[in-house]
Amino acid sequence: MAFKHKHLLGIQDLTSSEITTILDTAESFYEISTREVKKVPTLRGKTIINLFFEPSTRTRSSFELAAKRLSADIVNFNLKTSSAVKGETFKDTILNLEAMNPDAIIIRHSCSGAVLYASTFSRSNIINAGDGSHEHPTQALLDAFTIRQEKKNFKGLKIVIVGDILHSRVARSNIFLLRKMGAKVTLVGPPALLPLEFRKFGVETDFNLDRAVERADVIMMLRIQLERQEKNFFPSVREYRNLYSLTAQRFRRAKKNAIIMHPGPINRGVEISTDMADCAKSVILKQVENGIAVRMAVLYLLLGGKEREAID
Amino acid sequence: MKLLIKNGRVVDPSSGTDKKLDVLIDKGKIIDIKPKISAGGTKSIDASGWVVAPGFIDMHVHLREPGQEDKETIVTGARAAARGGFTSIACMPNTHPVNDNRGVTEYILSEAKKNAAVNVFPIASITKEEKGEELTDMADLIDAGAVAFSDDGMPVQNSQVMRRALEYSKILDTVIIDHCEDKNLSADGVMHEGYYSYLFGLRGIPASSEETIVSRDIILAQKADAAIHIAHLSVKGAIALIKEAKKRKVKVTAEVTPHHLFLTDSLIESYDTNLKMNPPLRSKEDTRALQQAVTDGTIDVFATDHAPHTIDEKDVEFDLAPFGINGLETVVPLLLDKLVNKKIIPISRFVEMISTNPALILRLENKGKICAGADADLTLLNLNKKIIVDVNSFKSKSRNNPFQGWELKGAPEMTIVGGKIAYSSSSLKSV
Repeated sequence: MAFKHKHLLGIQDLTSSEITTILDTAESFYEISTREVKKVPTLRGKTIINLFFEPSTRTRSSFELAAKRLSADIVNFNLKTSSAVKGETFKDTILNLEAMNPDAIIIRHSCSGAVLYASTFSRSNIINAGDGSHEHPTQALLDAFTIRQEKKNFKGLKIVIVGDILHSRVARSNIFLLRKMGAKVTLVGPPALLPLEFRKFGVETDFNLDRAVERADVIMMLRIQLERQEKNFFPSVREYRNLYSLTAQRFRRAKKNAIIMHPGPINRGVEISTDMADCAKSVILKQVENGIAVRMAVLYLLLGGKEREAID
Repeated sequence: MKLLIKNGRVVDPSSGTDKKLDVLIDKGKIIDIKPKISAGGTKSIDASGWVVAPGFIDMHVHLREPGQEDKETIVTGARAAARGGFTSIACMPNTHPVNDNRGVTEYILSEAKKNAAVNVFPIASITKEEKGEELTDMADLIDAGAVAFSDDGMPVQNSQVMRRALEYSKILDTVIIDHCEDKNLSADGVMHEGYYSYLFGLRGIPASSEETIVSRDIILAQKADAAIHIAHLSVKGAIALIKEAKKRKVKVTAEVTPHHLFLTDSLIESYDTNLKMNPPLRSKEDTRALQQAVTDGTIDVFATDHAPHTIDEKDVEFDLAPFGINGLETVVPLLLDKLVNKKIIPISRFVEMISTNPALILRLENKGKICAGADADLTLLNLNKKIIVDVNSFKSKSRNNPFQGWELKGAPEMTIVGGKIAYSSSSLKSV
């Protein structure tokens, strides 16, 4: 089955069968990273640009390794200044990079919608590596890959997502994906970070983590940005920890086979205690590992499509 | 020089007129209105099939001059106004420098007098540099020609300052126009707060940011017995407050823009920066409530909040684009199509809201009416004319208008300012 999209802008644009295609493709790439020689020639001759307007270690290096393991050439740009600071506009940056004839541009940007905006004037394949509070599709896909590894099936699975839902692109992409795949999502957080209108996404909400944990097959903790405290989204780290941190005591209420996820980077002792982050039920590092296979799949499906059709 | 407008349907809400009459103009004034005035060699315009209305007044325009002439100038803004059917515009003081002193007011008026196609009425700022701290010399500004006061865009947050402004405005028989927004509640928001802001991951401007300040202003205006005009009303909750205040005879009036009537927050799915303005596009429920408030009389005025920006300023990420859209050349066709031709309001109510009421609120004595002695400012409309909005045809310097490509029925055919034709469409019927 050919993958019809030119870009990967968000999970919202994908059908459940397209998501399954990505996950199945990732499955077939997973093993490459465990080989002695971690490289296949699939995307040889392709040029990819990693264009990051926000700091990132995990996502940027994950895309970079994914591209390299497929033999694509990849160039990294880490731009601290966006067009908010005087200088070149985002549009001009992209148009200039595009003059160098890349095949794909992977973009992370602090403004929601910036990646969609780029796709309106760019001729490259655009891949969203996180836009503002909007979407982070490859994170949701690698989360789904990990959940499928652990739980086999999404149907009826109960997923609890905890923390700063309002500002989280990871939460949004996960909500969209998990709903499409038939899982049941409950969001948990304090009211300022979890407006009730989120129920219109087809999810449940709860302000009480102790109660929500009991139902969960998967507990997904989100990083809490400490600067949110300055704007009174919650009163203090102490209060946040007391109410919304995943601790051993809370996790004891969960089902026996519940797993713990976190997109990283984790604030140890804030949204998750160290013993929980490192326990046998935690799949946090598996998520990171799976990120490479999922991003290889995305790059392959977007960039390698034509040759593949010819072979089929 | 005399000018006779023949066979038009004269709609003048101030006198309750709605019938076929001829209008005779001389020396910038209307001198006679009656059926069949004989022309005797005067220049005449055949307005048969057209509506002849008192000249439209847009009381909420940003002309950007002095200081931001790359976006708009007094001349280009006035030309856009004439094409849009307006004979008078009132311009907001957030220029560079701010219109907070006699010098700026006089500059605007002298530029307008020399070169503008329509009447320009400066609105001065309430506080110096729109900082919300010290009141401007309001009496001096009125003497220089200011018609109202507003810190539009940088609304007065300190309630004590607003109270003093209202108290002082009372002795000058002028009006305070407020852009009602609690800047702490709207913070760094870029669109209406609600389901769609959560869906698009954009920071929200809550309805409460408008509602709280509308409520404050009503309370302060009532206490001061002063006139307050609420600019670009956008949320349902604020309508209820105004409706209730009007019942209690508080001197409150309100305006609405076409974009708040006809566009909703869900459209921002495209992240099109031409959908970014402040107040933001609200929910469907709000637009329905606003339309209802137009029909039931709670809202008094149609205004554009014409806010021109350059193409470059708008061709950026949604978060980074400036607030505001261009509106002078689309407002009349939009309202005629969506409200008058769809029979939501009669033509007389439309004219009342875009001419009669703005003239009353701004105390423009000889405007907003068609009677002997009134200024010869007239807008001639063709309710059946079909247009397609094309931003590239704008007389305005800017193109930041979200109605591009809309097909609309009803448009101005001619704008007459002080007895002279300021704009005429190509289908001019001169006899």
